[in-house]
Amino acid sequence: MSESEKFDAIIVGAGPAGAACAYTLAREGKEVLVIERGDTPGSKNVTGGRIYTYALEMLDQGLSEEAALERKVTREQVMLLGGQRAITIDFHDPSFNRDGHPPMSYTVLRAPFDEWLAGKAEEMGAMVACGIRVDGLIEKDGKITGVIAGEDEMYADVVVAADGVNSLLAQKAGLIGEIDFNTVGVGVKEVIELPASTIEERFRLTNPEEGVACMILGCTEGIHGGGFLYTNKESISLGCVFMPGEVARHKKSIQEIFQDLKMHPAVYPLIAGGETVEYSGHLVGEAGYRGIPKQIYREGFVMIGDAAGFVINTGYSVRGMDLAILSGIAAARAIVNASSPAEIGPLYMQELERIQLLPTMRATDGYFDVLQTGWLYDRMPALATAVMADLYSVDAQPPAKLSRGIREQMKAHGISVWDVIKLGFKGVKI
Amino acid sequence: MKIERAEAAQLLSLNKFNVDEEEPHIVLNKDICRQCTDKPCLYVCPAVLYKLDKNGEISFDYAGCLECGTCRVMCKNKGIVKWEYPRGTFGLSLRYG
Repeated sequence: MSESEKFDAIIVGAGPAGAACAYTLAREGKEVLVIERGDTPGSKNVTGGRIYTYALEMLDQGLSEEAALERKVTREQVMLLGGQRAITIDFHDPSFNRDGHPPMSYTVLRAPFDEWLAGKAEEMGAMVACGIRVDGLIEKDGKITGVIAGEDEMYADVVVAADGVNSLLAQKAGLIGEIDFNTVGVGVKEVIELPASTIEERFRLTNPEEGVACMILGCTEGIHGGGFLYTNKESISLGCVFMPGEVARHKKSIQEIFQDLKMHPAVYPLIAGGETVEYSGHLVGEAGYRGIPKQIYREGFVMIGDAAGFVINTGYSVRGMDLAILSGIAAARAIVNASSPAEIGPLYMQELERIQLLPTMRATDGYFDVLQTGWLYDRMPALATAVMADLYSVDAQPPAKLSRGIREQMKAHGISVWDVIKLGFKGVKI
Repeated sequence: MKIERAEAAQLLSLNKFNVDEEEPHIVLNKDICRQCTDKPCLYVCPAVLYKLDKNGEISFDYAGCLECGTCRVMCKNKGIVKWEYPRGTFGLSLRYG
């Protein structure tokens, strides 16, 4: 291909960020090529997972209604595990899913979802080429002008790196160095098939549209991280995320720790009788706003989605795919509005502000400090479940004074009032 | 497979892989690995593909790789001398994700 027949944009990666960018650009009449290394879009991608619908609606009104999604989340749960004990908090708010509005969030599986969204981009006129790995970037006079894949060279005004958390392209462009292991978590997940009716009975759902999102604390042997469970239409996504640096010091395989979670007396009954059909692993950005590289563009090159570090983890919810879509839209707007390739990067940064992505990430920056609190991952759930065990234990003896019991349990679990106050101080900054 | 405590190999057998027999996408220099005392790869790989053989040396098989990149991020002594994604169409194909 000669330089004269170049694309307006080449997007590397057909995940939500890349597909949203392609969709928006193609709708505006731009010549777009999406290059995906998987056989099909989504075949290399993993989520926990849940997606917030507002981002799809922003991409195009009504899109969330036809999207390849699983169950709308009607119950938000947090599970605290302490040894064999467990506490489950279950939050339900019908206004999250009121009639006449798109439900706030859906559980999702990435293989069907990403394939659907990339298909929508194709319908708009984008070209999606699968089974091709981009090996390098073409640079001329300090500008990125295209990509190399095997023997082929392809040219564009701008290359959009939507190649995920482990963005080799951003490294090749010189915008990021080696990934700091303190800024990422490693997640593992089993997809477990169960009949829809069994899922509804076990999770107290009234119909096949409704679903549960559950975060699990106290299942990582004290390693900074946590478990998750999402109900899909006819399967459950059960997984766990760990900070890999702490795993290396702990010297126990994350696969083994995850199997302990799966067989935990509070988790096993939810999946019993099911059939594991897939096992996956993936990295996820954990540093929030601080994890965004200093520079996410250079002339002829922009980074979107996970590649740009757009992930928020608050401990009770995780957001990535919605931010990926927003960043894809923002990059597309910048490309459309730029009068020269040099303008794209600065315009992209403005669009990220306008679309509220960067403001949202700044607003959630404080969660990172809260989640750095080591005792949240073992001693806190152990303490909470121990206090509950005291509370619910009845025998022939007069019960101990509750306040004294709690104080004694705090002492036994090595959590001081001062620790709680310190956490509170971090908390009020959120 | 039914719900039970599973070994990584059992779980990997559920996945669809198209192994690139000609070109491994991850290559180790075992001389460097031998010097590495921490060996974080033993614990952080979700697929448990890094193991110690009977001589205490790292043995590794790229065939069941989930392509997460955690080994690369954790390998500070650079025993992993090559880490790329598998060539197009090769490697893992998730049906659920």
